[in-house]
Amino acid sequence: MLIAFVTPIWKIKLDAPQYPEGLGMQIRINSITGEGENDLQNINGLNHYIGMKRIEPDSIRELKLMPWILGILAAAALLCAATGNRRLLYLWTAAFLIVAVIGLVDFYLWEFDYGHNLDLEHASIKIPGMSYQPPLLGSKKLLNFTAYSWPGIGGLAVFASLVIAVVTSFLEFRTSRKTTLA
Amino acid sequence: MRKNTTNRLLIAGAALVAITGSLFSCRTTGSQSGPISTDAATAVYVPPGSYDEFYAFMSGGFSGQVTVHGLPSGRLIKTVPVFSQHAENGYGYSEETKALLNTTFGFVPWDDSHHPELSQTNGVPDGRWLFINGNNTPRIARIDLTRFETEEIIQIPNSAGNHASPFITPNSEYVVASTRFSVPIPQKDISISEYKGNFKGTITFVKADSPGEMDIAFQILVPGYNYDLSHSGKGASYGWSFFTTYNTEEANTLLEVNASRNDKDFVAAVNWKRAEECVANGSAQTMPADYVHNYVDERRIAVSEEKSGVKVLNPADCSGLIYFLPTPKSPHGVDVDPSGEYIVAGGKLATVIPVHSFSKMIAAIESESFEGVVDGIPVLQYDAVLAGEVEDPGLGPLHTEFDGKGYAYTTAFISSEIVKWEIGTWKVVDRIPTYYSVGHLMIPGGDSQKPWGKYMVALNKITKDRYLPTGPELAHAAQLIDISGDKMRLLLDFPTMGEPHYAQGIEASVIKDKQVRMFSIQENTSPYAIKSEDEARVERDGNEVHVYMSTIRTHFVPDNIEGIRAGDKVYFHVTNLEQDWDVPHGFAVLGARTSELLVMPGETRTIVWKPQGPGVYPFYCTDFCSALHQEMQGYIRVGAEGSTRPLAFSTGN
Repeated sequence: MLIAFVTPIWKIKLDAPQYPEGLGMQIRINSITGEGENDLQNINGLNHYIGMKRIEPDSIRELKLMPWILGILAAAALLCAATGNRRLLYLWTAAFLIVAVIGLVDFYLWEFDYGHNLDLEHASIKIPGMSYQPPLLGSKKLLNFTAYSWPGIGGLAVFASLVIAVVTSFLEFRTSRKTTLA
Repeated sequence: MRKNTTNRLLIAGAALVAITGSLFSCRTTGSQSGPISTDAATAVYVPPGSYDEFYAFMSGGFSGQVTVHGLPSGRLIKTVPVFSQHAENGYGYSEETKALLNTTFGFVPWDDSHHPELSQTNGVPDGRWLFINGNNTPRIARIDLTRFETEEIIQIPNSAGNHASPFITPNSEYVVASTRFSVPIPQKDISISEYKGNFKGTITFVKADSPGEMDIAFQILVPGYNYDLSHSGKGASYGWSFFTTYNTEEANTLLEVNASRNDKDFVAAVNWKRAEECVANGSAQTMPADYVHNYVDERRIAVSEEKSGVKVLNPADCSGLIYFLPTPKSPHGVDVDPSGEYIVAGGKLATVIPVHSFSKMIAAIESESFEGVVDGIPVLQYDAVLAGEVEDPGLGPLHTEFDGKGYAYTTAFISSEIVKWEIGTWKVVDRIPTYYSVGHLMIPGGDSQKPWGKYMVALNKITKDRYLPTGPELAHAAQLIDISGDKMRLLLDFPTMGEPHYAQGIEASVIKDKQVRMFSIQENTSPYAIKSEDEARVERDGNEVHVYMSTIRTHFVPDNIEGIRAGDKVYFHVTNLEQDWDVPHGFAVLGARTSELLVMPGETRTIVWKPQGPGVYPFYCTDFCSALHQEMQGYIRVGAEGSTRPLAFSTGN
């Protein structure tokens, strides 16, 4: 989980005929940055044509909370390991699962908001029924751009931690059942 | 008997027809389809989306510019404006670039650019800069090859017709300049008929290795001949430079006859290391001479500095500085082989190509094998310095380049061909026709210590029937020739812009990855830059108005301006806020008597506009920047002279 502090959690990449080199965004634990030096600025510049809000990392509260949430979860994991308390492990795994689900839902809601909540008054390109929500995972065609979204190393690490947590809990649960039965 | 005669006549007639027929068929295959084998097309085919292998830099000749082509495709990929104003992007019109064209004669918006020369390190082109001479108003320009922009131009004082220029020394220490036209030095009002003895030439060494700091290192005062071309020594001959001379007759009229009388003219061998010593020990005189140095400073604004006084060496005061090598018949090109040992001179009217030996030259100097002395300059004996003569080199040999594999290639203007000959045996091994009348030729790196001996470009003076006709003026023709095998092979014709004299080529990988894609807006230090739309504004100072304007897809800020008056001098300082590759914006305004501006991402450019009468004037973006490019426009309201309407500006209200 600590890996997520130093590597991107999620990546969004945009390809278009005019951008053979692509534009990219990285969502890190406390920031959103462009893949290239000016990518975020250029994505915002392009988004203004469809009336999408500017992506301003400073205004996204989650980026301030995420380090704390992940930090506490990591600390709790160490506590579980140190105490060896089985019940604590179940509690921690459940909390982790809930946080992960909330995180993904929250990410989806942000994407939904950016993609649907458009300022049509100032948009140059208005296509009835068109929204510009990037995919949560995978690719999606948005006008001339193809948007790709997938977890970064940090995100994969968190996911791996989660899998380990669930598997450990499951194994522990089975062992404890067996022990009880025996 | 009679029947016999008739038969003989018939046979003779048939023979004549056969001979004539074979001549015609020979000509047809020889000049048209013969040299082109079917796989030539694949040899020059660069598939869509792929890069060429080489950059080729062609001088523009009377266009004053440099054009950049890809090889082997021959595709034109860029015009770099150098000595001529270029309305296409505002070069020489914008306030940031105008100063590059300043001289002691004032603003000179044109020149005749002949010889591009790449910077070198250890005798190998390094792709940092390209230098090129201005022939008419003696100047040398430096083009930066990360931006393909002219960044510096220095004027050469005490000169006229800067032709033998700007040939470079192996570590870019110097680029040279010289007088094609000898003139009174210093200039004075004198009868032209008093040419002999009163007209002089100069050979100039210009410090070249420090951007923004080009300067006249020293000049050498030489007899009143025409100094034609040059190349620097390298390897064995490092420290020397060679110059051809003609008109050693010192004729001042009808040179085609009067300058062709002498059996031999000279190659001047200049020991520039010795010149440095003489300058250091005070043997040079400081002559009053005014010249102008223009350069682009760290704000990306060109500035001019007026300079005065140059160090001039008289050969009589600096022994060992310069020697004359007799060379047949008005030599034109002088070219040094990759090892530096052989100095090849193309005598325009000669029947052989003389090849001088550097080591024999040094031996002749040491043994004082002189046949005379001219103005303090020893003339070496022809036989003492000659390495060999290439027999049957074609008519009118001019220029030679090298492939790095032991062969030299010499153009023959009159017989319109290129001959390939072997260094050492001096034997012609192959020849190929050119279409038509080839002047210079270029092998990438072919005048350096490490040629890329794969392609050769013939730069021809006459085009005739090579392309679809376009009225009386035709594009000049270049030919791409494969020199990778034993036999030269014609691959491609391609048109060139202006009149390419010389050219330079370099493997693409040396340059292509160093290209600047945009300028950082945060590092834009122009005093007229704005870093965001919030800083856009219009300010008045008397009848001068400064508009600090931004561009970004797809609008100007401001795009409505009021309060301008007829007679105002309006400066549009346009900053392109884009930080994206290949998104320049243009700026043009109705009634402008200058040019448009083309502003690169992150850059600030300024154009002056003087509205002549009241009205509303539109301005717009000239570079199709985005889907809404046609919406990228604005208006300026101009009141009558003396109008008191206050300045106002806005966007989006």
